[in-house]
Amino acid sequence: MATEEMERLVRREYTQGFVTDIESDTVPPGLDESVIAFISHKKGEPEWMLEWRLEAYRQWLTMKTPSWAHLDYPPIDYQAISYYSAPKKPEDRPQSLDEVDPKLLETYEKLGIPLHERAALAGVAVDAVFDSVSVTTTFKEKLAEAGVIFCSISEAIRDYPELVKQYLGSVVPQGDNYFAALNSAVFTDGSFVYVPEGVTCPMELSTYFRINAANTGQFERTLIVCDKRAQVSYLEGCTAPQRDENQLHAAVVELVALEDAYIKYSTVQNWYPGDEDGKGGIYNFVTKRADCRGDRSKVSWTQVETGSAITWKYPSCMLRGKDSVGEFYSVAVTNGRQQADTGTKMIHIGENTKSTIVSKGIAAGRSDQAYRGLVKIGPRAKRARNFTQCDSLLIGDRCGAHTFPYQEIGNSTATVEHEATTSKIGEDQLFYCRQRGIAEEDAVNMIVNGFCKDVFQELPMEFAVEAEALLNVTLEGAVG
Amino acid sequence: MLEVKDLHVTVEGKEILKGLDLTVNAGEVHAIMGPNGAGKSTLSAVIAGKEGYEVTAGSITFEGEDVLEMEIEERARAGLLLGFQYPVEIPGVKNIYLLKAALNASREARGEGEIPAPEFMKLVKEKLAFMKMDPSFLQRAVNEGFSGGEKKRNEILQMLVLEPRLAMLDEIDSGLDIDAMKIVADGVNSLRSEERAVLMVTHYQRLLDYIVPDKVHVLLDGRIVKSGDKDLAIELESRGYEWVQEESAA
Repeated sequence: MATEEMERLVRREYTQGFVTDIESDTVPPGLDESVIAFISHKKGEPEWMLEWRLEAYRQWLTMKTPSWAHLDYPPIDYQAISYYSAPKKPEDRPQSLDEVDPKLLETYEKLGIPLHERAALAGVAVDAVFDSVSVTTTFKEKLAEAGVIFCSISEAIRDYPELVKQYLGSVVPQGDNYFAALNSAVFTDGSFVYVPEGVTCPMELSTYFRINAANTGQFERTLIVCDKRAQVSYLEGCTAPQRDENQLHAAVVELVALEDAYIKYSTVQNWYPGDEDGKGGIYNFVTKRADCRGDRSKVSWTQVETGSAITWKYPSCMLRGKDSVGEFYSVAVTNGRQQADTGTKMIHIGENTKSTIVSKGIAAGRSDQAYRGLVKIGPRAKRARNFTQCDSLLIGDRCGAHTFPYQEIGNSTATVEHEATTSKIGEDQLFYCRQRGIAEEDAVNMIVNGFCKDVFQELPMEFAVEAEALLNVTLEGAVG
Repeated sequence: MLEVKDLHVTVEGKEILKGLDLTVNAGEVHAIMGPNGAGKSTLSAVIAGKEGYEVTAGSITFEGEDVLEMEIEERARAGLLLGFQYPVEIPGVKNIYLLKAALNASREARGEGEIPAPEFMKLVKEKLAFMKMDPSFLQRAVNEGFSGGEKKRNEILQMLVLEPRLAMLDEIDSGLDIDAMKIVADGVNSLRSEERAVLMVTHYQRLLDYIVPDKVHVLLDGRIVKSGDKDLAIELESRGYEWVQEESAA
């Protein structure tokens, strides 16, 4: 889009009383087309991208917040949110760790987060916490050698417009749901990965991310494309509790797996859950979907959800290719006043498609959580198979766990199995461990980690260890 | 070693133990016998610290320490270990992991460091062989899918590794065939020493053929009403409990 047009759009809104200073680094709270134009301009995007965003915005205007989830939160005022702001200036941030919530620091300590990373995670204004530039460069060189593209979504829009055009929104369309539409209109951050035909990505795309995790955006947009016979393991998130000034997070993740491709996507989500009364916690409304487009393609979602005040998230697989495979392994832990409504959708379209769902929910304190899953088997998905196992563990008697499994079976050759259990963390189990000399808290950790083992073993090795530690910290004080 | 004095215990408002006295000295093996509902399992549960049991009067001391003031895990670390009648399953937690955590918890309480891994493996393998258990047991989840006999053997295996001062065995013979009973009995007998004691709760005299007790007590209606040696157990086997009841009422 030409600059004049952009400015015209912006100015037009100005006449309606909405001030947008194109030179500024921040827009005032509120959302309209001028704000979207501003974001697109700031990102130096081509015109088609702005059009794409505006289409999403117009659809969003006609949509309503979904209300079917088992969640309770006050209505969100979308006009009170600022949709673009440059990173906080150093003088506005805590000047040293002394100014940070001591509880948060205690948690870092327990998780064994290196000292120099703690400051960055807590949002303290420190210069050059780690040598991220050189690390990033080393990675980029190694990836480039293999032909893997790994960059921010903004860079991708500028440098690989054809790829982005081809795949963006092809899995999660702009108007897919309320939060996805909002994200499509205003996303400012996120990652793009393209693994070319026959290439196995030479490293876990994780270390890089952990270093940069403190700066993930409020409306993240991630697009991962694995070409034929390509493979990648991508890890998102961070075990350390992350604080963010923005309460609302609405990310979209799209995965595309072509013939014989394999994408492993692991998440450890530990956004700030709020204080003991749930105040100030993050609302996390995420749309994650994989398209197993090619025959024999495979996508595996593994998630460990321990943070956020509210989690609304259903990583899904569209199993279109023949013999394609979708997997979902999830551990969701809620404590305090946290609420989580999470699960998956496995949509079997192609023949011989196979899906596995293993969901482990742990509720403690006064938290509430729901597993919500859909297994849909289309008429052409001959001999499709699904196995679902869904277990809930309650700690204490003030928490809740709910299971909403939906099944739509469209042909008679399909095999669908569902197993579900809900158990209270056994007094008997605790007594047994303690009677062997193991301290109560260690016993709880042992039992809970045992309960989650099927999922943890799907995580990349070093992360599995961290996930266990994270669980232990999250459930601290849950018993007794 | 263990002194139980005038112990009164209620469960859900109902008095189960009504003034029980018992003294166990180091080096001794005691058997507590009695009909169902007499309070046998209650006694070992209270000594171990299980919740839901209210001590309304009396005292329990172990090596001079007030047991009732100790947390469950403190009692275990002090050497009071209970072999369960119905050991629970803990899915996903490997036997070896539980064993190591338990052993290290006790070692740390004694101011010793964690046991080095090779030393631990050597110890466990030796005890496994003694209990005629396959090493694959170690990699299985605690009691998950174990047969009744395997569960009981596993209880004794834990005892052999943790080496309690006082081993309490709650109906350790229930559900065992004769071969398994012999293995379990061998395990318990190997624990016998001058420094240690064993307190067994059982229904049947059968077990006592294999683990010969120094003292046998009859628990009736919340009290120990008669004590003797192994011959008392044989007499109970042939005559039942009624005569003891009549005798004590007289």
